[in-house]
Amino acid sequence: MYGNLVVRPEDIENWGKKVEQEDPEKLAEFEARIQRGEKIEPWDWMPFEYRRQLIRMIEQHAHSEIIGALPEGTWITRAPNFRRKLALMAKVQDEVGHAQLLYSAAETLGKTREQMINDLLSGKSKYSNIFNYPAKTWADTAIIAWLVDAGAIINQTTNSRGSYGPYVRALERICWEESFHLKYGYDSVVYLATGTPQQRAMLQDALNRWWRPIMHFFGPPDTQSVHTEKLVRWKVKLATNDEMRQQFLDMYVPKIWELGLTIPDPNLRKNPETGKWEYSDPDWDEFWRVINGDGPCNKERLAVRRFAEEKGRWVREALRSPQAQYVTPLA
Amino acid sequence: MASLDPRIQRAEPELWQIPDTALAPLDHWTTYEVFLQKTRGSHAQHVGSLHAPDPEMALVLAKEQYTRRSPCVSLWVVPTACILKTTTEEEGMFHPAVDKTYREPQGYLNTRERLEKYRHRIPPSS
Ligand SMILES: [Fe+2]
Ligand SMILES: [Fe+2]
Ligand SMILES: [Fe+2]
Repeated sequence: MYGNLVVRPEDIENWGKKVEQEDPEKLAEFEARIQRGEKIEPWDWMPFEYRRQLIRMIEQHAHSEIIGALPEGTWITRAPNFRRKLALMAKVQDEVGHAQLLYSAAETLGKTREQMINDLLSGKSKYSNIFNYPAKTWADTAIIAWLVDAGAIINQTTNSRGSYGPYVRALERICWEESFHLKYGYDSVVYLATGTPQQRAMLQDALNRWWRPIMHFFGPPDTQSVHTEKLVRWKVKLATNDEMRQQFLDMYVPKIWELGLTIPDPNLRKNPETGKWEYSDPDWDEFWRVINGDGPCNKERLAVRRFAEEKGRWVREALRSPQAQYVTPLA
Repeated sequence: MASLDPRIQRAEPELWQIPDTALAPLDHWTTYEVFLQKTRGSHAQHVGSLHAPDPEMALVLAKEQYTRRSPCVSLWVVPTACILKTTTEEEGMFHPAVDKTYREPQGYLNTRERLEKYRHRIPPSS
């Protein structure tokens, strides 16, 4: 019998352990289970590398949700009417809730929530690059809720076919909530697109600002990505960056054009022979520059998180029971 | 650049004076497992976990996290540490190698056949 997964913090340091050093019998059993389409649960044996990569991925996803609430949150106090304000608050609350679900899923793998937050605050862990850009007008929030959430849904639906039980379960709940975000975002965009000339201009401006970060959203092209054959076999990675980007373009470019908006890329077109979208180089140097800290909002995003943790500390301390003991969440 | 968010503008300049912070272990409390009964008559189901300082707060946060869209009839929280579960190694004991058809309905599929075959032995009812 068994109470909880115990992984000591010092174990995390040793998680670089090579797959070749794993017990071959256990590794074969683990891979066979995934091959059969079964999920891996926190109490199962798993290779260190599987654990390490999943923690990295789920943790980044959690940080992206919590930081992702900030650009949109910019407009809560100035939403154009009360219904939009309620909807935006609900969406932002959902995103913060997604972070909570994802932190718990990552914790089942043995990294504590405090360690994850510390790594976010210190800049050691990354989050989705797109949230380092500012939401300049109300129309930016509409574009974010429609197109950035659309991208997130493609990514999350893909990942929900993965092999790790707690992550898959969290994603199912998240995807269900995201469908509201997408509908709300599309409704907001259509409202502006069918509005006054100023509203249309505002929307076009927002699209111009967000198109490049959206092209960056799925990550660098496959030609620049590290080899991930093992992660594909373990069902940690289920589609390549380019595959997801193509899926996004297939689904959303026609919808953007339908609204009479111009996508700020003269080279964007679907090649009828290959069936693939072609586009201008979205400047991957900018992507790397921003992800490494030099974007328009990186400093503000982390300062806000640091402020929130620091200012909320006295409340957390006042509530904490001296008998509290850390246990990893069960599943 | 200056923040576009009025809430953040209000927090400035204090915002920029926050020292590098690090959370100590247990800063975000301990964990609870959440169970939810969707409708009257259904079983409560495990839906996930959360961090909370005590059971009452766990219930408040569970309501916020797991029921803010779809209603339910009851919500339970249990400290994770209180749960005892079986291990992967013990999974085998739920799949017994011995024949257990004697305790399953499928173990009783030939009853009709036997009745037909030996019906002649049964005296007519009076
Ligand atoms: Fe989300
Ligand atoms: Fe997301
Ligand atoms: Fe969302």
